[in-house]
Amino acid sequence: MNSEHNNTRSQLKFITCGSVDDGKSTLIGHILYDSKKLYVDQIQSLELDSKIGSRGGKLDYSLLLDGLLAEREQGITIDVAYRYFNTDKRSFIVADTPGHEEYTRNMAVGASFADLAIILLDATKGVLSQTKRHARICKLMGIKNFVFAINKMDLVDYQKSFFDQIAEQIKLLSDNLKLDTVYLIPVSATEGDNVTVNNHSIAWYEGLGLLEYLEQVDIKDNNKNETGFYLPVQRVCRPNREFRGFQGQIESGNVSIGEELTALPSGEKARVKSIHVGMDSVDSAQKGQPVNIELDREIDISRGCVLEKDSGIKIATNIDVLLLWMDDLPLESGKEFFIKQGNKITVGVVDAINYAINVNTGEEKKTEQLRKNEIANCSLSFYDPVVVDLFDNHKTLGELILIDRVSNMTSACGVVTSIGEQVGNLTNEQIRAELTNTQNNIFYFDVTNNINSEQIVKQVERRLLLSGINAYIYNYADNSSEVSDGIIEHLSKAGVVTLVLVNGANKQSIELLDKVKEITSESLFNYIKNQLQ
Amino acid sequence: MKTLTHLDDLEAESIYIIREVAAECEKPVMLYSIGKDSSVMLHLALKAFYPEKPPFPFLHVDTTWKFKEMIQFRDRIAKKLGIELLVYSNEEGIKQGINPFDHGSAYTDIMKTQALKQALNKYQFTAAFGGGRRDEEKSRAKERIFSFRNKEQSWDPKNQRPELWKLYNTKIQKGESVRVFPISNWTETDIWNYIRRENIEIVPLYFAKERPVIYRDGNIIMVDDDRLKLRENEKIEYKKVRFRTLGCYPLTGGIESDADTLDQIIDETLSAVSSERTSRVIDHEAAGSMERRKREGYF
Repeated sequence: MNSEHNNTRSQLKFITCGSVDDGKSTLIGHILYDSKKLYVDQIQSLELDSKIGSRGGKLDYSLLLDGLLAEREQGITIDVAYRYFNTDKRSFIVADTPGHEEYTRNMAVGASFADLAIILLDATKGVLSQTKRHARICKLMGIKNFVFAINKMDLVDYQKSFFDQIAEQIKLLSDNLKLDTVYLIPVSATEGDNVTVNNHSIAWYEGLGLLEYLEQVDIKDNNKNETGFYLPVQRVCRPNREFRGFQGQIESGNVSIGEELTALPSGEKARVKSIHVGMDSVDSAQKGQPVNIELDREIDISRGCVLEKDSGIKIATNIDVLLLWMDDLPLESGKEFFIKQGNKITVGVVDAINYAINVNTGEEKKTEQLRKNEIANCSLSFYDPVVVDLFDNHKTLGELILIDRVSNMTSACGVVTSIGEQVGNLTNEQIRAELTNTQNNIFYFDVTNNINSEQIVKQVERRLLLSGINAYIYNYADNSSEVSDGIIEHLSKAGVVTLVLVNGANKQSIELLDKVKEITSESLFNYIKNQLQ
Repeated sequence: MKTLTHLDDLEAESIYIIREVAAECEKPVMLYSIGKDSSVMLHLALKAFYPEKPPFPFLHVDTTWKFKEMIQFRDRIAKKLGIELLVYSNEEGIKQGINPFDHGSAYTDIMKTQALKQALNKYQFTAAFGGGRRDEEKSRAKERIFSFRNKEQSWDPKNQRPELWKLYNTKIQKGESVRVFPISNWTETDIWNYIRRENIEIVPLYFAKERPVIYRDGNIIMVDDDRLKLRENEKIEYKKVRFRTLGCYPLTGGIESDADTLDQIIDETLSAVSSERTSRVIDHEAAGSMERRKREGYF
């Protein structure tokens, strides 16, 4: 069977990093050329463009990639370019990214998309500060697999000593950044050595050629830390009264009909009644599938909520993040943003820029401002609690972007590094407010006209107490009005539902029934109403 | 658990994007060009929301020069699937008699680009799904999935919003809009394989059949109606041809082929020596023409 008919291939998304001098576009152009994924018209156009280019008629593979006019004019890669090719074993998507420090944010875009990074370096130069920057950004954005392609081996006469020396430097870098999987390949992108297969042009190298490695590298375990099942809800599907489904993509684990799931942030539980993947009704579904899940009972779920099982995902208002600033204007602490995290856009504040991290060296230092393409550890707080987790634990819920509230630009991206205790960050007043109702909890009852009304208020108090509401009757006439006002205020602040008996309308008095309705449940209200009649 | 393939991954990504738009954008629309990519997008939209119908309308910008079979197919499919279909044509252009024979690239601008802008303005759509793929053309290869358009509906390739992970930024000011490309990461091969896997109905023009054609300027043009005036020495021949892309019939070159089944089409596509856009007459211009067009608002 023709390999192209093979629909069982897996997909590998990778990014290539390195400056144009490292021959990055040339490398990818060469892979495309060698894997015969070019059409004749593209090859003709390549040959034609090469003639007028800077390489004196020799095929300039990089022309296949540098697409934008500005890039052709300036000879640099400004933005991410995506390229597609496949082999018998895999389907590949390459994000070719710019190497200049100025375009770090564009590199981050490519890295956020990829499972694997190929970092190119020049055999004549070894590990440079830009190599460290590329590795750091890729690691920051969540890449686990790294290939260091030591290019231009032809220029150092394929000497092993150059390679070994660079390998030492890479080991240091890899330990420093805690890179997960690292593979080193000596290549020559222009000559084609080890670009696709190991063609033994470098006698001492016994490993795989670049494309060979990409075909067989295992990326399944990339998110092995992700425990349990979770599904961030994108949308509630309500085509009719009978059906209420929750649509989203399963980010880890799997789910079956009958399983009990917890909805966050409410914490309510329900069982899975049906699962749809597309138009098919299925018994179970797994990570990576877009689903539509019905539950067996109505619970409070909307966009931005998370359905989960045994995940340990958290709810918080305060988090620390590693932030990459991408806007032209610098960031200062105290600024408010739209924050998109999970599937939700909320409002939050950058409370503090804790320390900046030098993108090249990793050095930490205090700073007041964060400029474009700089990284810093920052503290954020949300106005409303969000469903969140560490980037390392549940990746999708540990990613966020900051959106400028005026320009709507995507100003920064970040990954969650620590989660604050929700309660620990609240003031005593806020905690008390969580425990009790400290607002609008004073009720004045005019007891002038009805001789029984004091008894009735006592009944109300009793019912409130029995239903778990701390209520207290205070007779306004017991003290001078000044003293009474003070006492009532303190009772209210302490969270006590204060029922104040007043004579006449000198204080704002109320009709008993109306107010009771406001502070009690319907059944309690009906009970009291019956007592009054 | 079954092993998910790269087509499953692509499908999941597209569905995720389509759902995000439905959830966050105020007034979305899906552009429907009747071609194979549009057929795949429509199918993905049906899958994304099932059992609900797609919660947005579909818009066809009709230049009035489409193949007859395309229009028949469009109307039949819309009815069969029960989707809301809007059809828009540039009435001003029709009045002025703008046509592909006499007006060249002005025709494309007036009947496609301007018509699309007018339609989006008329209905005040804030987000429009397009079927663009990054493997089609170099400037598309660099466009974001959520591609911001200013109030003039133009694209600024040097100032694209960074797009991280799956966190798409849909925030816009009044008058601005986003174009969304859910099948950005699909290749032509993926499209065909998916059509086969999902059994998606496509316009019969993709399959080889004997059709009345003329040879003009190196292209095989189908004589779809009598508006095509024969030049001297041109004569209508009946040839077994099919089309790799579909558009306005005078601007769409066919290829001689015997491929009349999906399997044969896929075989032929994979061994093809030209990329699919060479059969679109406007793309024969200098490198960068598509980028210029897009800056001006072409999809």
